[in-house]
Amino acid sequence: MSQSLYDRIGGDAAVNAAVDLFYRKVLADDRINHFFDGIDMAKQHAKQKAFLTMALGGPNNYTGEDMRKGHAHLVARGLNDSHFDAVMENLGATLTELGVPGDLIAEAAAIAESTRNDVLGK
Amino acid sequence: MSKITFNEKTYDLNENETVLECLLRHGVDTPYSCQSGSCQSCMMRATEGTPPIEAQAGIKPTLQQQNYFLACICKPSSDLSLCAAGNEALPKQQATVIDKTPLSAKIMRLRLAPEQSLSFQPGQFINLHRDDGLTRSYSIASLTTEGFLELHIELIENGRMSSWIHNELEVGSSITIEGAHGDSFYLGGRPEQPLLLIGTGSGLSPLWGIARAALQQGHSGEIHIYHGSREPQKLYLMEELRQLATKHGNVRYTPCLSSGEMKGVHVGRAADTALSEHPSLSGWRVFLCGHPQMVNDTKRKAFLAGANFQDILADPFTINTN
Repeated sequence: MSQSLYDRIGGDAAVNAAVDLFYRKVLADDRINHFFDGIDMAKQHAKQKAFLTMALGGPNNYTGEDMRKGHAHLVARGLNDSHFDAVMENLGATLTELGVPGDLIAEAAAIAESTRNDVLGK
Repeated sequence: MSKITFNEKTYDLNENETVLECLLRHGVDTPYSCQSGSCQSCMMRATEGTPPIEAQAGIKPTLQQQNYFLACICKPSSDLSLCAAGNEALPKQQATVIDKTPLSAKIMRLRLAPEQSLSFQPGQFINLHRDDGLTRSYSIASLTTEGFLELHIELIENGRMSSWIHNELEVGSSITIEGAHGDSFYLGGRPEQPLLLIGTGSGLSPLWGIARAALQQGHSGEIHIYHGSREPQKLYLMEELRQLATKHGNVRYTPCLSSGEMKGVHVGRAADTALSEHPSLSGWRVFLCGHPQMVNDTKRKAFLAGANFQDILADPFTINTN
């Protein structure tokens, strides 16, 4: 069996390196940061790590239904494709900054992209 | 097989079972989400026994030290007693008031001698319980070696506990305490790291403890203390802090008054002043305490200025005025 994306990218250590960079980009991004106003940063930081673990092909047990439920309150506040695109952009920029090769970034982007309809409640 | 005890019930773990799986198998309602050790929704604390180190991956070091762990990746090799994170009631005990000294018109220094030894770190907080059930949290300013618990009580307008402490509580009387709680304290191991301490009002209380604990443990990196208030009566320990900065070359102290004028005091908010004087916080450790708005805003700003998330330790006050 070939190595998983998660192992090739560097596993938990890679996620730990990425999570601060990624969360900082999201918080600095005026297109999406208003969704995080008043949110407990510690809880949100842990959720960003869970998201990155999933996008990098790591162990997770999230289902499409979890994604729908978890984002329904944001969809009600206007979360749409443009916001999802902004998150995808921040994910790509984070992995580029960490020197992850382009083909692995594309794999991670494809995993994150696969959650789009569930996250946006479509 | 190991056993876990939670809410006074004991459960047998099956072979290779996690704490979370065991609780869910027994119908215990407990929060969880990712089930793979990253989202931290299922964080718990072992009140007896030691969780395996693998089950503490990714948790803030000051929480690791207090035996917090993630239930979904915890396969205990020995028995554990557990409580849910955010719901930790520790044993209560009585403490005697041994000293009451005003540090300013609005700040009272209270020193307590607990009946039994209390495990704490300067910067954590304890809960004070008055006999009628009124309860408030106060941060600890004293060092573990000082032999007493020191709290700085700010007189809050219409604050029942603070006015009772200022006006009625007598030296020699007894009060119920419970704690210590909180993850905002100094951990050794990176003595060269620059520290930024920002507090408003009696938010100086934990910072006074943290700064002196760092020095006691041989911290050699710079320690910048910014203490601010809107009112001159809430700037206190100024002489002691100046002496600390004179005695230790790596300590800088900047008192701040958000408006008005006062000799030797910077005009401006403490957090704004600190962040403008230190625009890049990459590699720094940051401690924040005081007004919730200041703490939450500054937490975000310090993170955006480059501090690692794990290196931002904050304790927002809850202010009760009824």
